Amino acid sequence: MNEPQQAIEVKDLHKRFGPLEVLKGISLTAKQGDVIAIIGGSGSGKSTFLRCINLLELPTAGSVTVHGETIEMKSDGQGGLMPANRKQVQRIRSRLAMVFQSFNLWQHMTVLQNVTEVPVQVLGVPKDQAIATAETILKRVGLYEKRDAYPSFLSGGQQQRAAIARALAVQPLAMLFDEPTSALDPELVGEVLSVIGDLAREKRTMLLVTHEMKFAREVSNHVVFLHNGLIEEQGPPEQIFGAPKSERLKKFISSIH
Amino acid sequence: MSETVTTPPAYVAPAGRSLFEPHRLVLMAIFGVLVFCIIWFMRWDWLPRYSAKLVSGIGESLLMLFATSFVGFLLAVPIGLAQVAGPRLLKWLSVLFCTVIRGTPLLLQLWLLYYGLGSIFAQYPEIRQSFLWPYLRQAWPYGFLALTLSFAAYEGEVMRGAFAGVPRGELEAADSFGMSRFQTFWRIWLPRAIHRALPTLNGDTVLQLKSTPLIATITVVDVYGVISRVRQDTYLTYEPLLLLALIYLCLTGILVYVFRKLENRIPTRGV
Repeated sequence: MNEPQQAIEVKDLHKRFGPLEVLKGISLTAKQGDVIAIIGGSGSGKSTFLRCINLLELPTAGSVTVHGETIEMKSDGQGGLMPANRKQVQRIRSRLAMVFQSFNLWQHMTVLQNVTEVPVQVLGVPKDQAIATAETILKRVGLYEKRDAYPSFLSGGQQQRAAIARALAVQPLAMLFDEPTSALDPELVGEVLSVIGDLAREKRTMLLVTHEMKFAREVSNHVVFLHNGLIEEQGPPEQIFGAPKSERLKKFISSIH
Repeated sequence: MSETVTTPPAYVAPAGRSLFEPHRLVLMAIFGVLVFCIIWFMRWDWLPRYSAKLVSGIGESLLMLFATSFVGFLLAVPIGLAQVAGPRLLKWLSVLFCTVIRGTPLLLQLWLLYYGLGSIFAQYPEIRQSFLWPYLRQAWPYGFLALTLSFAAYEGEVMRGAFAGVPRGELEAADSFGMSRFQTFWRIWLPRAIHRALPTLNGDTVLQLKSTPLIATITVVDVYGVISRVRQDTYLTYEPLLLLALIYLCLTGILVYVFRKLENRIPTRGV
């Protein structure tokens, strides 16, 4: 077997902010092509969990393995962990593309420059090739005409689609979506979800933290319900949304609808 | 994909009013008469004699402006950065530097450097015999140093604010895509901060231009120095000063224009 089956494997992840333990031991495996929706109330730790995978937050304990390669961590001397090998972290991060709630496009670059920046600067792709790839991707997300616009001139939906294009440009091993539609006006949510839905149907590996339950049910093949820093329940979407077992999940789902 | 474009149109300035409204015509007439009177009734016969000196004076002023702004800005970047992200000692030193330089008059610093430091240097034979002495015995290095430090302190404070004002999310995005610290700084943080700071840098460079005449007090012959010379030689008061005002006005106009161009290279909306 050349290709490891596991795209992302998280083992017993803990995260503590001072006295507050946000994640209390989460293990999760994403096989290639999995679309995993992570749901839960606010404060359940779902965003923190996602951000621990690419080490935007440093986990207090636990391990993350991406495509068979475990991120090397060492003790930071204060009861937490820190990366032992910065280069390795950078290399793994560059292929784990993240899409943020607040887009976080680089405002001093055009849409096209945003999309080519990482391939050219980090992955070493030749510039003309990166531009060609970027233009194909921008056509896909419907932003080809806006390629020379600066982000502040785009609507929220367009900015988020540009951010998705930026993520696609690194040919990610897995994509991490951190509440990609939460900052959007209601009428702009649809255009972003339709792009993400397309990607999901392509069997791209993705972890999706979201509040859009209907969408999660449609596109995911596995749903994880987090509560108080623990996985309360997980399973296929039909089971989670159709026949929830735990009281908390039942309550959560009824509160959403 | 359905395009629901809801981008509001970019701000469009209201159309300029006609140049030929009655009150404007009156103002222009008054201005024209004023210029005519200045040229006709005042004495300008000295101008040809001093034109070469004036040109070299303007050159000296501009050279001082550009050299001190450039080097000052190069110093301002680490000073600003240290205050935002530096280790405690560097942060403390930067704050101290900015406070002292910004808290004392530039003229005082200039004189302390020139009369103070300059005379201390002169006491040491080692310095007098060193290869640096031909420079250290001149006035311009002290002017250059004082103006550079001043610009560094003011812009260090500006860059502190600019660095701090770059949204964390954009830096986080750079992190999340595997950029190294250096790349994040060089590709994202610094250009973003400079872009944010440009309007302030523009204003401060104009101020710096108008700080340069202070070096005339330590015998550097800039354009102000030339004009002072004209006044001593000709006993004229207003004509040289009016010309000096006009020169600074033109230089300022050019500076503002160039910075505007730079700012417009990356358009931003709203803010």
